[in-house]
Amino acid sequence: MIDAVPPAVIFIIGALLVPLIKGKWKGAFLLLIPIVGFINLIHIPEGTHWVVGFAGYDLVFGKVDRLSLIFGYIFHLITFIALLYALHLKDDLQHVGGLIYAGSALGVVFAGDLFSFFVFWEMLTVSSVLLIWARRTKASTGAGYRYLLIHAIGGLCLLAGIVLYVAQNGSIEFGYIGLNGLASYLIFIGFGINCAWPIFHPWLTDAYPEATITGVIFLSAFTTKTAVYALARAFPGTEALIWIGAIMTGFPIFYAVIENDLRRVLAYSLINQVGFMVCGIGIGTALAINGAIAHAFNDIIFKSLLFMSMGAIMYRTGKINGTALGGLYRTMPLTCIFCMVGAASISAFPLFSGFVSKSMVMSAAGAGHLKIVWFILLFASAGVFHHAGIKIPFFAFFGHDSGMRPKEAPLNMLLAMGIAAFLCIFIGSYPGPLYSLLPYPVDYLPYTMPHVVGQTQILFFSALAFTLLLLAGIYPPEMRCVNIDVDWFYRKAGRLFCYVTDKVFNGINAFSDRFIARGLPRVLGRLSRHLPEILTLGAMLPLWTAFGAKGEELQVKIKKARFALETGTAPIGISAAVATIFLVVIFFLI
Amino acid sequence: MEEKRDREEKYLFDNPKNVKRLLTIFFSSLGVLLFLEIFVHKHAHFRCEEWPEFFCVYGFVACVVLVIVAKYILRPLVMRREDYYD
Repeated sequence: MIDAVPPAVIFIIGALLVPLIKGKWKGAFLLLIPIVGFINLIHIPEGTHWVVGFAGYDLVFGKVDRLSLIFGYIFHLITFIALLYALHLKDDLQHVGGLIYAGSALGVVFAGDLFSFFVFWEMLTVSSVLLIWARRTKASTGAGYRYLLIHAIGGLCLLAGIVLYVAQNGSIEFGYIGLNGLASYLIFIGFGINCAWPIFHPWLTDAYPEATITGVIFLSAFTTKTAVYALARAFPGTEALIWIGAIMTGFPIFYAVIENDLRRVLAYSLINQVGFMVCGIGIGTALAINGAIAHAFNDIIFKSLLFMSMGAIMYRTGKINGTALGGLYRTMPLTCIFCMVGAASISAFPLFSGFVSKSMVMSAAGAGHLKIVWFILLFASAGVFHHAGIKIPFFAFFGHDSGMRPKEAPLNMLLAMGIAAFLCIFIGSYPGPLYSLLPYPVDYLPYTMPHVVGQTQILFFSALAFTLLLLAGIYPPEMRCVNIDVDWFYRKAGRLFCYVTDKVFNGINAFSDRFIARGLPRVLGRLSRHLPEILTLGAMLPLWTAFGAKGEELQVKIKKARFALETGTAPIGISAAVATIFLVVIFFLI
Repeated sequence: MEEKRDREEKYLFDNPKNVKRLLTIFFSSLGVLLFLEIFVHKHAHFRCEEWPEFFCVYGFVACVVLVIVAKYILRPLVMRREDYYD
């Protein structure tokens, strides 16, 4: 038995205690949670811990190996940074949501069985939506519901897959699954929805920009990265992932170029970066998996740094659209510098963190002779520099002067950004410590002359393209607009669906009410009242005419018969005749 | 108000000279990068990597294509008014 507790427990218990602590101690308590968690984590040896019997199965809360540990480290680190960034907040909902969210992510990466894995996976969704709703706007409420809806579909898909998988294999152990059969496909898609694969991706670009300023730092770190972990654990070397990843790196950059909301630009670039990881997992060689995991580690830091710098602007100016910002370097110089460090890192400039990890995935694609994939990744590398590396800092801090002179970000935000920026440069310049944490032994040198020169050439000539297009007036100006994406299908076409179902089903309802519920009884009532008369006259009229009745005499006969039948005073002879006719008709009908 | 604006500090890029200086540094570094290619012995995975100035051309062309496609194809297809979903 070991002295440590499951990493998730510290975060979840800590989260529940947060509302009980008042005043200035709350900040210290918040920061203490990831620190205590980290000390706990480094005391957990590799192996399988905390096995609990449940309904004949073994639940494992501590599958600790190099793959889960590296995610454990970065999740602790980013929780500390995100809490420091959010330290000024007086909103317990966000602190509690963020901590449970981080705890759930730790629960997922250390889960050794599919049952506890699934429970933590669902907790991720439920806790993270609090960080979207906490903004308390109409847009964030709507985005939160859509976010829940998509994740509920993903969760159900995963659950169906897990149930089938357990039924087939008789074991709930979570390890390599591989693509074979319906169960594995359902699990694969369940992971893919959280990973923001193309077509499933709009939950991310829809909801993240609507989240709170501090909440999005948590959001950018956990959901997609736990999905990357799950894919690396269960589906390494699956060829489909190579292509899914390549598409993920490619298509979001087009959207990012024309997007006005700068946090939405970052959301698109998040998908682009996760694409590199998914592609690496799909390639499946030791170098590729190492690259994917190292890139997840770095991306969590530099993407949060970029979101933090945009958050600081939003905090000070209340604005985030490119059209409303510009020229803020004048009064927010530190935020500007931190943003540029994040931008350089995501663009993979030499000496910045993205360079030492993205290049591993690229080299793995090259070594595997995946020519088309390599070209797409190279295109995406140039594109990411274009939108995240230049566009974000340029439109926020430089470009046209918006006239705003906001104060520099608060100290806690600056410190959080400072730590992240330091890590970006430290890992970029000295990748050894990161490489030593990777799942496989690293035999890779990022700083070779051809690689440094090639990458710098790509980046500088992308910058040249940006400069020339901007000077020539061809660069698309920022515009106040929304760009429709796949979410159109459930946001607009969803309304169309409602309209069509409303018209069709309520139409049927109204028709039934009018003709069947009200009209039919009336017709039947009238028929039952007049049927004897119609039948009688139908039989008698030809008879009377044959016997020579005509004109007035015939009219009197008809009138008499009608009166007699209506009042039930028909002579017995006529009643008998009617009954006979009725029987004859029935006889022929049968 | 006018007075206040006059008294306002001048910042780094308010001076056009500094913008010019930055652009000069940028363009000269492009020249250096083109020139550096001669000294680099490439370990290429694909033959095209060995073409002279491959990465310079690819980086430039990729970004121009990206912007042109985004502006002239994607934007007309997907852009809607800001209150489209409201």
